[in-house]
This record gives sequence, C-alpha cells and structure tokens, in this order.
Amino acid sequence: MTSREFCGLCGKEAAEAGHPDCIVLLALEPPRYCTRCGRRLKVQVTPRGWSADCIEHGPLHG
Amino acid sequence: MTDIVERARSQVLERGVGLGYDDLVEVLRLPDERIPELLEVAHAVRLKHCGPEVEVEGIVSLKTGGCPEDCHFCSQSGQFTSPVRAVWLDIPQLVKAAEETAATGATEFCIVAAVRGPDERLMAQMRDGVRAIREAVDINVAASLGMLSQEQVDDLKEMGVHRYNHNLEAARSYFGSVVTTHTWEERWETCEMVRASGMELCCGGLVGMGETLEQRAELAAQLAELGPHEVPLNFLNPRPGTPFGELPLMSAADALRAIAAFRLAMPSTILRYAGGRELTLGDLGTRDGLLGGINAVIVGNYLTTLGRDADEDLALLAELKMPIKELAKTL
Repeated sequence: MTSREFCGLCGKEAAEAGHPDCIVLLALEPPRYCTRCGRRLKVQVTPRGWSADCIEHGPLHG
Repeated sequence: MTDIVERARSQVLERGVGLGYDDLVEVLRLPDERIPELLEVAHAVRLKHCGPEVEVEGIVSLKTGGCPEDCHFCSQSGQFTSPVRAVWLDIPQLVKAAEETAATGATEFCIVAAVRGPDERLMAQMRDGVRAIREAVDINVAASLGMLSQEQVDDLKEMGVHRYNHNLEAARSYFGSVVTTHTWEERWETCEMVRASGMELCCGGLVGMGETLEQRAELAAQLAELGPHEVPLNFLNPRPGTPFGELPLMSAADALRAIAAFRLAMPSTILRYAGGRELTLGDLGTRDGLLGGINAVIVGNYLTTLGRDADEDLALLAELKMPIKELAKTL
C-alpha cells in the first residue's frame, strides 16, 4: 500500500489534477495543510519565516 | 482648465496642497500612457515633502485567526471557511520576531491581533510583550488591535506604543459592502481617539476590492481629511474561503495610479507599501511604486502570507539610492 500525499495549500490529494496554481502560490504562502495527512495546520507567520504544527505529525518550519 | 498632471505639479509639488476628490478621480482615470509622467510628479512630491528616506517596518501577528468580524477580504475571520486556524504567539517568539525585524534595519515593529478590539488577556499580553521588546531591542513598537476604548488608548500610550494602526479599509460609501459587523464611523472614532492621545496614527486601507474609481478616490480624500501620520496601502490578495476570494487581482496599472493618487492626496504622509504588492505589482511594479510616491515598506512576511525576501527589498532600496530612515530620526 502506498502512502497518500496532500497539497499543502488546498489540502486535497496531491495526486488529483489541478495543483499548478497551488505550487505557484506556495512561494508566497505557508502551508495550511499537512502534506502527510491533509489535516489543517496551526500556522504562525513571522517576519522572516513561518512555523506550523500538525496535531498528528508535529512541527514544520520554513 | 489645466491638465490634471500640471495641476498636481503646481498645487501639490509647488505648494504642498493635496488634491481633492474631483482631481483624484481624474488622476485615477488617466490613460496608461500617462502613468510614467504621473509617477514622476508623485515621486517629486514625495522627495520634496518627505525627503529621500524610506521607513522600514516589520509586522507580526500576536493573535491569528478566529476574529468575530466579517471583513470580506480577511482570511482571519472566524465567519468564513478559510484554512487559517487560531494561534497565539508567546512572548519569547514575539521578542525574536522584533529582533529579526530590527536586524533588517527596520525602525518599526507592529504587533497585530485579529480581534474586534482587545480584551483583558490581549492587553496583558501586550503589556508584557512591549516591555520585553523594549528591554531587548532598539525599535519603535506599534500596535494594531482593532477598535479601542479611551482607557485602552491611554494604556497603550502608557506602555510605550508609539504608533497605532487602524485602517478605514474602504471608502465610507463602500464600507457596507466590505464589513457588516461594525461601521466605518466606529473606525473613524478609534482613529480620532488615537490621534488625540499623542500616539502617531497609522490609517490606510485596501484597493482592488471591487470599489469604483470614484470610491477609491473617496477613500484617499477621506484619509487626507483624517490626516494620519502613516497610510498603509494594501492591494487585495484574494484569500480562499473569503467573500472576496474570487475577485480578480487589480491590474498593475491601476495599482500605480492608486499609489500616485494617494501621494497626491497626502503630500507629506508616510505612504507605505503593505500587503498584496508582490502579486499585484511584481518586482518591476514594486520599483515603479517606489519611484511613484511610496516612501515606506513592510519588509519580510505579512500576517498570514509571505512577502518578498527582506534582503531583496533592502537591495532594491540601495540600488535606488533611497536611504533607510534611522531610529534616531523617528523618535
């Protein structure tokens, strides 16, 4: 069984068509969804970065 | 009747008197081929009445999301299906953000909360946060916490907050199409209280929200009447899940006309690039705006979205030979 991946911007399955805009927009957006489980993240944007937290998969930084 | 650009030159550049509503409508209706000369006049006005310096600011969200208000452009409203979740920043993170901002050469650090107005918990967090920042970082602290009572205005001044942001957001005639949970007049009242307190007033708005050119001119004229120390100019970045999420981006030409119009309405005000410029104007348009009336920038990221790399903006200012305003000159 292969694991599913999710779009960090819209939260839909990454394998679905229609994510080119999401990929472009992620240059100016922090992720809003966990790419491993598709859950909504708690996100804090700071002047020079961002941090996010998934209740299942823990912290992310960028 | 003289041409509007010539009128701007004689009235605003030479005499320092801002254009009124009718003239601003005319500016916003100028054809694309006249934008370069419009920007040239707006830039000359900025240089003569404000000087060559650029004020640099960083902003951070102390309390994100879960706002009870319904500002139709905002992803932080709890009334919409936006993906933004509620989160609070703690004091050590707040101080770190201020330090990062100061490291860019910025003189302003604005603490923002997505609220109707501050409650006791938020005011306590502000008290602790402002004190911690002032002990650790040499930077002016500003705040944006929604509508205030007179007591809260006095408390913020007492804490050492030197500038308070509260935008009109939109022209009075368009406000009801943007926000229904409070009134334009309530916003105006908070702005007047802030100004009367001796704190500097930062008050601007957004363009590209579906308003008419006349309403865009109206916003500029109403801001000029209010007379804030600083006007942040935002370009709508349509956020998913909000009522304005499907609106088209404003064109770069319209954005540049708006920048020039706001500068010609308010010759000596700090006019700041705020959110949305990356999408609306891109790199080239950002440069054009800095040569068309803008004299302040937010560097780095915004509240929920990412901005241009701060180093890119600072390099652009250096290339344009625009010195960054120093802290001593702001105190």
